[in-house]
Amino acid sequence: MALDQSYVGRTYPPTPPYQVGREKIREFASAIGATDPLHHDPVAARALGHPDVVAPVTFPVVQATAANQQVVLDPGLGVDYSRVVHGDQRFVYTRPITAGDELECVTTIEDITSRGGHDFLTTRHDVRTTAGEPVVSVWCKLVVRGEG
Amino acid sequence: MSELAVQTFRVTRADLVRYAGAAEDFNPIHWSDRVATKVGLPGVIAHGMLTMALAGRAVTHWAGRPDAIVEYGVRFTRPVVVPDDEEGTEIEVSAVVRGVTDDGLTQLDLTVTCHGEKVLAQARALVRMA
Repeated sequence: MALDQSYVGRTYPPTPPYQVGREKIREFASAIGATDPLHHDPVAARALGHPDVVAPVTFPVVQATAANQQVVLDPGLGVDYSRVVHGDQRFVYTRPITAGDELECVTTIEDITSRGGHDFLTTRHDVRTTAGEPVVSVWCKLVVRGEG
Repeated sequence: MSELAVQTFRVTRADLVRYAGAAEDFNPIHWSDRVATKVGLPGVIAHGMLTMALAGRAVTHWAGRPDAIVEYGVRFTRPVVVPDDEEGTEIEVSAVVRGVTDDGLTQLDLTVTCHGEKVLAQARALVRMA
């Protein structure tokens, strides 16, 4: 069943504050094999003008995916999560994420289209500091595969 | 258009387990052959976001520093199957410089393949080249 187009433009409340930890950045960087000192060594990060270690570019997917649960679990929208596959992903940065940031994420449904029996759900996740400073916007397009 | 040197990244099952933990993505298609084959996949596949992250590492390597990426987007086109052996599989990343924006940012078009087949499409990055 096609997703309800009237949900386009809907914005969800900000997620609870997420504290970006130095060890979490190191863990994520190590998991993708990123050994650059900028991800691991606060001294190296400060030498390049950052307050602390810098997160890899795809790091905010952790928060965006968590925030997207508001959408995919919204009973009114009715996404069948067992049929969801990841279509597109994009990050647009205002500034890098560094350890010590306290971030929240506001999710907006940007587009819903149906084509060939499949639904395409595009969400935008605006990640900002709890003080309101914009940091990164994350776009995610999910494909909800049709039945049969 | 100038081409950037090809970079390769090996991906094993152990890498998938490690990424699942770090990214908090515990979808069983990334660690269970039983579940993966049940949903019609040939076997366990890599997280699309891991492939994107590895291609992102190639970009930061070309750019010279990891805080250089301003924009980065991809489309996931084909799963990266990771066999349960020591070798796993290999992802190959190449890129061409498409142009430079008015504010001095370099536009890169990436080609990301596994066994010669494209696994990402419309893979583009906007970077501050050193």
